[in-house]
Amino acid sequence: MKRTRSSMAVLASCLAGAWVFTAIAATTKSTGGTHGDFGPPQGEPIHAVLTSPPMVPPPVHRNHPAKVIVELEVREIEKEISEGVSYTFWTFGGTVPGNFIRVRQGDTVEFHLKNHPDNKMPHNIDLHGVTGPGGGAASSFTAPGHESQFTFKALNQGIYVYHCATAPVGMHVANGMYGLMLVEPPEGMKPVDHEYYVMQGDFYTVGKYREHGHQDFDMQKAIDEKPTYVLFNGSEGALVGDNALKAKVGETVRLFVGNGGPNLVSSFHVIGAIFDRVRYEGGVHEQENVQTTLIPSGGAAIVEFHLAVPGSYVLVDHSIFRAFNKGALAILKATGPENKAIYSGKEVDSVYLGDKAASPAPVTEARAAEASGTLTKEQQIKAGEARFTGTCSVCHQGNGQGLPNVFPPLAGSDFLMADKKRAIGIVLNGLNGKITVNGNGFDSVMPPMSQLNDDELANILTFVRNSWGNSGDAVSADEVKELRGSTKRPEGAAH
Amino acid sequence: MKPRWIDRGAALALMCCAATAVADNPYLPVEGNPHFQSALQGVKPAAVTVRGFQLQRHPVTNGEFLSFVKAYPEWRRDVVPPLFAGADYLGQWLAPAELGATAQPQQPVTRISWFAAEAYCEAEGARLPTWYEWELAAAASRTERDARADPAWRQALLDWYARPAGKDLRPVEQSATDVYGLFDLHDLVWEWVQDANSLMSSDEAQKFCGSGALSLQQKENFAVLMRVAMLSSLKPNDTTRSLGFRCAKDLPATGQ
Repeated sequence: MKRTRSSMAVLASCLAGAWVFTAIAATTKSTGGTHGDFGPPQGEPIHAVLTSPPMVPPPVHRNHPAKVIVELEVREIEKEISEGVSYTFWTFGGTVPGNFIRVRQGDTVEFHLKNHPDNKMPHNIDLHGVTGPGGGAASSFTAPGHESQFTFKALNQGIYVYHCATAPVGMHVANGMYGLMLVEPPEGMKPVDHEYYVMQGDFYTVGKYREHGHQDFDMQKAIDEKPTYVLFNGSEGALVGDNALKAKVGETVRLFVGNGGPNLVSSFHVIGAIFDRVRYEGGVHEQENVQTTLIPSGGAAIVEFHLAVPGSYVLVDHSIFRAFNKGALAILKATGPENKAIYSGKEVDSVYLGDKAASPAPVTEARAAEASGTLTKEQQIKAGEARFTGTCSVCHQGNGQGLPNVFPPLAGSDFLMADKKRAIGIVLNGLNGKITVNGNGFDSVMPPMSQLNDDELANILTFVRNSWGNSGDAVSADEVKELRGSTKRPEGAAH
Repeated sequence: MKPRWIDRGAALALMCCAATAVADNPYLPVEGNPHFQSALQGVKPAAVTVRGFQLQRHPVTNGEFLSFVKAYPEWRRDVVPPLFAGADYLGQWLAPAELGATAQPQQPVTRISWFAAEAYCEAEGARLPTWYEWELAAAASRTERDARADPAWRQALLDWYARPAGKDLRPVEQSATDVYGLFDLHDLVWEWVQDANSLMSSDEAQKFCGSGALSLQQKENFAVLMRVAMLSSLKPNDTTRSLGFRCAKDLPATGQ
């Protein structure tokens, strides 16, 4: 294989000094200018800027290969995986995904992996951007309280996953031990207005989705590939509400999207946007006008799109149950002037945003109050409203009016208020067949909502029984629990 | 079933040599297994012979190790050569021969090097258990000698792994015993074994990506694999904040 004249010229133009050119000429293996040993590092060693998600380090802006020192520290920490649910994550740098690493093709990377003394486990790192057996794994095997060092040359440009590869590999990855390393092409990347770092992962807990308290890792669910959560950036709340990604109309956004797995392949999609360019599989080729791009477990892609109209753009894994029932949902909020010529305009509704549209603060407050035995009806109503949005409002509507002849109203509903226990039972077990509400007949189907926790259901019921002209007493979590225990039902669906 | 003289003998030994010991830590007999299926065996199913032995009832505590350090001051942290114990050795103690408030006498001793653990056991007329011995003992549950096929046993191990080590260690002997009467094999600290250094060293590749799992006989037994991974990440002078030890002895020769 010989380097073509044009690619050699491109490389040579990026570099200074005849000796460097000699080094290139000596490189026999090359593929279209993507594979580069540009000679020994020049200048003083540089300490890499590492960032936590969703931020990305600034562009390299350098025209020569350098020695770049990366110091990554492994931390085992307890953090929130969902509102009111904690989990022990194993992390590179204290976050899931781990610190973003950005270097230039041809750089010599001196890698330091530190395993914090408080950690229980040995860890290592396999960087997919490393050329060499194990990707650094054997050289970086590190006991708690110790540090390992190894050096590699970033020969190939692209966006690469790194992960822990200590046995059992699956468990280390399932606990959040992955991240991305970008190897910029020598000439750098085209400037954009925003760069963000998003990484999907699947999580396996002993308790079910959103079951409160501390949840342990469930090895059997992981082996069976039945995740409890599928998440962007390691938590249900990572990229929604105040944490949503932000941009302005007219701007271009570049997302570095990885998939840590350990099991699932992602069908990455942004609702309301078309990717102008995708560097699929993280390689050098671009596809244009992409609706959904496949990101394998242990793979990554670079997607770019421009924002023509304002609103909330929802990032999902379009294996769509994962988005609505397991948490694989994030939001990019675009602000700026409407453009009715392109889109008539209506904020993306609760169908897509689900309960992410509401602030989780009242839910958190109600949970704390319940734990301390001071829960009031007013707190329940507010928490119930937050959960009603999305879960219930899709059919019963945000104003509780339902849809004539299809979905019965909750507002001023004689049927709802007549029998509290029946109401709890319907939400838990669903309802199928003819009923009469306020003199109007309905013959429809409501799916069971038993996937929601007892306190969530109690709060939702307290909310609907005290809104839109209804007035009733509070529903307690104990009442829901009692009915749940006395009836047999399938696990519910959320939408 | 349990020969009483072992308990008595151990108790006597402690009384004579370690007057300040905070708890009795007798050596309890563990029945051998001529066809023990170790998770360390190669791809082909193979059994190893593990002879009966004795293992200490709980991991050695701060209090017990303090007595040792006082009797053998060459193992004080301020004089021990770095070759035998790293910088963090006994770092949780207030002073080289004083526990202080940060290290309770009943907590298992950690930040212990392999050399220090082996020296302690030798002073007891004992030794560190081999990996096979430790694995055989640790295979037990409250009711079975080999509970490794029990999903509940496995999950209990994994649950401990899932808790960060940064928090205070609880005192020894607070959980249930296994069928041998042993405490704390799985849910308190990692433990050194005699052959820790050779568990995987013949094949570096086992440490990472897949091949480690391939060579394990019981692929589903990830919990054991994690012990092996932990031990093989260490050099004999290394210490960590969650790694301790307990000692073992051969069974006395018959007719004694």
